[in-house]
Order: sequence, then structure tokens, then C-alpha cells
Amino acid sequence: MSILVNIVGLGLIALIVWWFWLYRPTAAAQSNSGAVSITVDDGVYSPSRVSVKSNQPVVLRFMRKDPSPCAAMVIFDDLNISEELPVGKPKEISLKVEKPGTYAFTCQMKMYRGELVVEG
Amino acid sequence: MNHPSHCHEPGQGADVEQKERGGDIRLAVTGASCGGCVGKIEKALKAVEGVETATFNLADREAKVRGQVEPATLVEAIEAAGFGASEITDETRTGADTEPAASCANAPAGNRTEPAAQAHNSIHLAVTGASCASCVSKIEKALRAVEGVEAATFNLADHEAVVRGQVDAGALINSVEAAGYGASEITDEEQARDEKEKAEEAYYRKLMREMTIALALGVPLMAYGLLGGEMNVVTTGERLVWLLVGLVTLGVMIFAGSHFYVGAWKSFRAHSANMDTLIALGTGTAWLYSMVVVIAPGIVPELARHVYFEATAMIIGLINLGLALEIRARGRTSQAIKRLLGLRAKTARVVRDGREQDIPIDSVQIDDIIRVRPGEKVAVDGVVTEGHTSIDESMLTGEPMPVEKGAGDEVVGGTLNKSGSILYRATRVGKETALAQIIAMVKQAQNSRPPIGRLADTIASVFVPVVMIISVLAALSWYNFGPVPQVAYMLVTATTVLIIACPCALGLATPMSVMVGVGKAAEAGVLIRNGQALQQASKLNVMVLDKTGTITAGHPEVTEVIARNGFDERELMQLAASLEAGSEHPLAQAIVESAEGRDLPLDSPEGFNAIAGHGVEGSVKGRELLFGNHKLMKDRGIDLGDLQARAQELAAQARTPMYLAVDGQAAGIIAVADPIKEDSVAAIRRLQKLGLEVVMITGDNEATAKAVAGKVGIEHYFAEVLPDDKQNKVAELQQQGKLVGMTGDGINDAPALAQADVGFAIGTGTDVAIESADVTLMRGSLHGIADAIAISKATLRNIKQNLFGAFVYNTLGIPFAAGVLYPFAGILLNPVIAGAAMAFSSVTVVTNANRLRLFKPREESA
Repeated sequence: MSILVNIVGLGLIALIVWWFWLYRPTAAAQSNSGAVSITVDDGVYSPSRVSVKSNQPVVLRFMRKDPSPCAAMVIFDDLNISEELPVGKPKEISLKVEKPGTYAFTCQMKMYRGELVVEG
Repeated sequence: MNHPSHCHEPGQGADVEQKERGGDIRLAVTGASCGGCVGKIEKALKAVEGVETATFNLADREAKVRGQVEPATLVEAIEAAGFGASEITDETRTGADTEPAASCANAPAGNRTEPAAQAHNSIHLAVTGASCASCVSKIEKALRAVEGVEAATFNLADHEAVVRGQVDAGALINSVEAAGYGASEITDEEQARDEKEKAEEAYYRKLMREMTIALALGVPLMAYGLLGGEMNVVTTGERLVWLLVGLVTLGVMIFAGSHFYVGAWKSFRAHSANMDTLIALGTGTAWLYSMVVVIAPGIVPELARHVYFEATAMIIGLINLGLALEIRARGRTSQAIKRLLGLRAKTARVVRDGREQDIPIDSVQIDDIIRVRPGEKVAVDGVVTEGHTSIDESMLTGEPMPVEKGAGDEVVGGTLNKSGSILYRATRVGKETALAQIIAMVKQAQNSRPPIGRLADTIASVFVPVVMIISVLAALSWYNFGPVPQVAYMLVTATTVLIIACPCALGLATPMSVMVGVGKAAEAGVLIRNGQALQQASKLNVMVLDKTGTITAGHPEVTEVIARNGFDERELMQLAASLEAGSEHPLAQAIVESAEGRDLPLDSPEGFNAIAGHGVEGSVKGRELLFGNHKLMKDRGIDLGDLQARAQELAAQARTPMYLAVDGQAAGIIAVADPIKEDSVAAIRRLQKLGLEVVMITGDNEATAKAVAGKVGIEHYFAEVLPDDKQNKVAELQQQGKLVGMTGDGINDAPALAQADVGFAIGTGTDVAIESADVTLMRGSLHGIADAIAISKATLRNIKQNLFGAFVYNTLGIPFAAGVLYPFAGILLNPVIAGAAMAFSSVTVVTNANRLRLFKPREESA
């Protein structure tokens, strides 16, 4: 019995590590027309993974539905972008990234998390 | 929010067009995101042959270039520097002017007189991709097709669509996009802020309501437990009662805490975790365990048959209360912006067709003549054309004394007219005004992050899963090593760990302080570009001050004229002033002004040549003139005789002596002095008290520099520095391992400002967009520099307090919650206490940041 409980506990830890850190989503929202809509609600950006081409202007349109102050900002740390998001209104962020790579975008407290995948 | 009328009268069209054409080449630049890019882009542009001036505005990503040059060449230059660029053309504007019917057909003639009717329910959209007149009807059609639209007009000239009706902006954007164009909503700052406040107020009330529901159940339950009530489930009667309580608790979870559970689930599915996850797990576990005890007590050891419904209800209530208080406190952090937005005038009294009429501020156009009466706000930026008054500019510059204004002086929108009535000509309107730029810059800076917050950010991003793992480990430890009944201890410790951990405090520590600190600085007339500049400014070791215009007033005056070799003073002045008449150098202007004051007739020079760092040469009425410093005379082999000794005497009195030689013979000295600003001495002492080594830099000769430095209490100075060399001096100091701040005028000193770790530009109240500077002072006083340093130090101290508090709270709180103290002291934390601690830790951070608002940068008796 006691071994079983320990195994379950350790399994839980492994699950946490895998689910939150190791797991990498494969599907990403593509930008075709140049604008990607991202909904900000219930603690998540959806889609939370957006893929764009490098050196092409793209528009990310954030629609914030969550009135909690946690969702008030979106920050692209590596791109030096931080914008306030109004509740219930679309907010557009235009950008053009030159260097391919993965850029995180988050809320002020890093609880909302998303990734901008820039492909070469 | 009134829509300006852009329909030009037929006669006006040509007028506007001419102005556009004579103006700058405008380029939209992409990929520029930092202060450093500004310098790079401007440098790249200036390097192009034919460019006279080039400025780049980071806020609107627009470069303006003046000169004889092809736009394509400029685009190439920017691209070579690693950015993207495209020309912003006026083609469309010209098109609209020649075809007024196309763009104005839908604007009613009465538009201008009754703009108020349009103010409500109108949505403004910026439309991209429309370049021809035929687009107008397509776009308007697309807009009108959206349900709820009453009227829609699209103006090709400014690419703006105005839609009236009960309709959602998103639907309009979709419709325009479906028609093949791009669109985004234009929102007015103040309106957006009002809406934000309304949304926050509604959210605040919702949270308070939820808190009341949760505490209405939690408080009696907890009181019952504390007063010795039976929380263990033994008899069937107790089981029934507790089952009822459990179901009521479930109701509370649904009505008052659903946002935690929904948020936790959604983020879980997205492979992310946040505060909701912790609270949902903690309260959910407590509730589930209690329900198991009630429904199937058989599977729980007898000693562990305890219910924790009160914890679930209390935690939900307390966290909601914490969130509500946080919203209130957060609202206060953005008061500076609110105050700035409040400075804007709503209407302007414009003189048109000989009549004065009040029109909405948005409709004011460049070159409009505006009347300001005493007690009224100046509406937009402009130049006084008539009248005399004193204007209170303290709200923008921090300068407490009202400033006298007469014809030809600049006035700034948002300032307050005190005494007289004036007429002025609008020079900058809309987003171009100093106030609008200040607001944009402060907003941008408030949202940027200083490097000190990086570690906290990194921790915050892995925080929640780590806490979950600790929670599991704590439970396992209690299971393996803990006393009986293990399962109860496992539950309490695991739940408490989840509840006490507060990622919010970590995440909020830095941005909240930056928000308040940058706002505070703006109130003192100091604009800080970003969080990095704020942090660097707090750590500076050395402050380099440019002498002219920074320590001194920058308006030199002729103090002595010494003539030799048969020349008289008048002749000397007349020749020197004639030679310098075309020069823009401040010393030259002093001489020209002085000559004009003496009613001397000036001749025009020929072959004028400025020799940087030395002086000028040229001929006036056939006489070869050399005018400049000792070096110039020495280079040209001029015998100075006793003049050299006189010059040294003058220099020792903080004058700048300049020699004039006529046809190879020394003719005399003209000495110029630039008076030291009244408050420079006090401000420099403040800087030194703040721990900075103050260094003066000047192109003046050694003796003058020494005299000025002595007067203001500066020990170290660099004299006879050529303009291009200032940058190298800053670099030299940096090579000694020092963090160097440089203060200068933002134009001539731009390279040195860019080289410095923090560049401070002394503004004049209207030049907000000084791009080479990290910090811009809205007034000329050096006290602004001391204020900036003091505020940055206070802000950094505040950030450190917040970070320290958040780290200590979490690193002590989590082990405590896990029961580390239990083996030694027998203490175990109650989950409800953990909930209260967690709820108030983030409120504490925001409140501490708000404390900064009370900070006074100025010493009372400096």
C-alpha cells in the first residue's frame, strides 16, 4: 500500500513535468492573410501558439474577454513590445520579426503564456 | 472623439498640397523596437548623400527626412541597417483633393457646425490598403452591410472610416477585411481609459459580491470550528448535516469561484498553469476530501474524518477580496496618465472667416488662428501671433513659475493661460502635439520592463508547476514519515502549499513600481524612455554635463571688446558681426545681436568658412578676416602680442575670448560670456549628494572652463573638446568601468547622448521627441536631472523591496505550509491563514508601489 502511494505521488510529479514543460504542441495557428486573432480568456491565449514567417509584417489581433487585471497586458519580452488590452475590444499589434525563433508572449505575471513561432 | 472634417474647400486644396510637397519625405519603418534603433536609423539616413536632416520617431515608427534625395535610396539605407522601410506617400491625399466629391459626398454640409451629434456611438476605423477613389464606395458598402450600422463614411484622405450605430467594432473589421482591405479600430485615449475604468469597476463589484457570498458561508463555519464545534464526522445525523453543508459549499464554489475552476481547466488543457490552477486545486482537493469523509467515511481512518468545507469557502472569499483590493490599488498606479489625459482641452476657440467659434479640438487644423482667454487652457501647440500673457506650464514642465509669452513665442497645448488674452497660430495638432507625445511616451515607458525584473519573470514562468510538485512531495513526506492520521496531514499540507504560493506578487513586483515611478517622473517634467533607462539612471557613477545651454543659459552676451593696432571697438564689432551674420553658432548670434544693439550696419561676408573647434574665416569688404580661438591664430601664424595675456585674464573670469585678425594682423578680442543658470549650482550639489561625480564638458578654452567649473562647484572638466569628440570623452569614462550619464541639448550632443549609458536631453518644453535621449527634461533646469536620478533610485529601491518581499514570502511561506516547522515546534499552518496571506501578498506589492507616489524628489531647501 505504502509503495503504491509513493509510486502514485512520483507518477503525479512526472505527469506535471511532462504536461507543463516537456509537452510541445505541434499545431500552431498560421498567419495567412496577415492577421491572426487571439482570444484572451480564462487564463489562456487561444490559440496560444502562432506561427508566422520571418521578415513579413503580421498583425496579431488580441481580443480580451477576461476582465481580471491579470489579462490587462500582453508582453513580448524579446521584442520589446508591451501593450495594454482593452476588455471586449480588439487590439492590434503589428510586428515584423526578422530572426527566426520562438518568442514568448505573456501577461504581466507570466501566467498567460503564448508562443510566436517565427519560421525562416 | 469628434470626427474632423477633412473636406477642403476648393481653394484650400492647392494650399495644403503645396505645404505637403515642400515638406519632408516620410518613411514607415518596421523592425525598430528599442531606443538604440533610433540612433542607428537616423545615422543610416543621415549617411545618405543629400540628406539635410533625418529624425526617426520610435512611437509611431515614422522617419522624416529633409533634403534632395530619392525615397528609394533612403529605403535601401534603412534596409541595409537591418530594418524595413516604405515611403508614406501623399498620392492618396492629392487624389482626394482633386476629387472632393468622392470623399466628401457623404459628409453632410452641416458636419462642421454640429459635430456633437456625431460624438456618440461612433466607431472610428483606420483602413489600410485603400488607394483609389473607387475603394471608397467598396469600403462604405462593406461597412453598411454590417447589421446595426446606421451610417458609414470613409475618408480616403486620412484613411479613416466613421461608423454610426449600435455595432461591434470586430464585426466591422471583419467585413472590411472580407472586402479585401485591412482595418483596425482607432480609440481615443481618454475614452479607452474611461471604458477600462468602467470595466474594472464592474469587475470589482463582481468580485466583492462573490467575496460576500463565500464569506457568508465560510466565516460562520470557521467560527463554529474555532469555538470548539465538532468538525469530525461520527454519527449519521452529523453526516447528513455535513452533506448539506458540502452541497452549499459546492454552490459557493460555483457562484463565487467558478472563474478559478474554469480558468484552471482551460489553462490545463493549454498545457499551462496559473494562479487559478493553484486555487482550484487547493480548494477542490479540500472539498473532495471532505465529501469523501461525509459520503464514505469507511475508507478514511477514524481520526482523519474531519471536514474542511470552511477552508474552501474562506479561501475563495479571501482571494476574491484580494483581487478586488488589487484592482483598486492598480487603478491608482496609473493616475499620472489620467492626469495628463485630463490636461487636454476639449474645444478651441478658432477664428475663421473673421468670427470666433468654439470647435472640437479634433477639428483644429494646422495654421488655424486660435483665441485663448485668461483662465483657459491652450488647446494645441502653436506660436503666439498677437497679445501678451503669462502661462502656467507647470503641469508639463514641473516649472512652478508662470512663463511670459508674447508674439513669436511658442505655446504648448494643455498649459493654462493666466493673465492676458492671446491669439496664436496652431503649429501642431492631434497626435503631433507635445502633450500627445508625452502621453504616448509615458505610456510606453510605464509598460516596459527593467532588467532587474528578469529573474522574477523567469521564476514566475515555472512557478506554478514547481509549487504543484512541492505540494505532492510534501504530501508524500507526511505519508512516509508523518504521524497518524497521515491522510489528514497530507491533505492539509498539500492544500496549504498550493494556496500560500503567490506567483502574482513575483510578477507584479517590478511592473507596478515602474508604472508609478515613470508617472512620478512625468509629473516632475522628466520623461523616462523605458524601464532600462530607469534602472541605469539609478546606478550611474558619473554625470557629464555639457556646459553651454545645460549649466549655462545658452544665451551668451558680449561682455568686453578690446581693440588693438589702430582698430576701434565699433569697427571690430562691425567686422566680426558681419562675418558671423550667417552663422547659427550661439556665440556668433551673441555678437550679431550685440552689433545690432549698437546700431552697426552689417555687410555680407564672402567665402565664409567655419573651421570646427577653431573659428571662422571669410572676407568682408575685401578684407580677409579670421575670427576664433588661440589655436586658429597660432595655426595661421598671427602675432597676438599682449592680447594673449588679456585673453587669459578674461578666460579666468569665465568669459570666452575670441580673437579677430584682419588681413593677417591681430585686431583685438571680443569676449562673450554665457551666464550660469540660477539653479545650476544647487542642482549640481544635489547630484553630488546623490553620489554622482559631476564632470563638465565644453568646447571652451581651458581657462574659461576652469572658471565656470569653479563657480558651480565641479572639480573635473574637459575643456577644448571638439563637438565630435564629446562622444569619445564619454567612452573614455566608460572604459574606466564607470556608468556614465550625459546631459546635453539632444541635437548637437546626440552622439554623446547615445554613447552614454543614459542620455539626458534638456528640452525646451516643446521638443518632446528627442530620440537620442533616454531621459528628456521638459524644462531647462538641471534640477530635472537630479529629480530623474532621485526618482530612479527611489523606484529601484521600491522594486527591490517588492522583489525581496515576494521572494521571502514564497521561500518562507511554502516550506512553512509544507510543515517544516512541525517536527521542531509542532506548528502546522491552517489553509485559511494561507489563503489570507496569499490574497494580501499581491495587494501589499501594489500598495508598496503606490507608496512611491508620495516620494518627493526635490529637497525642501536645496
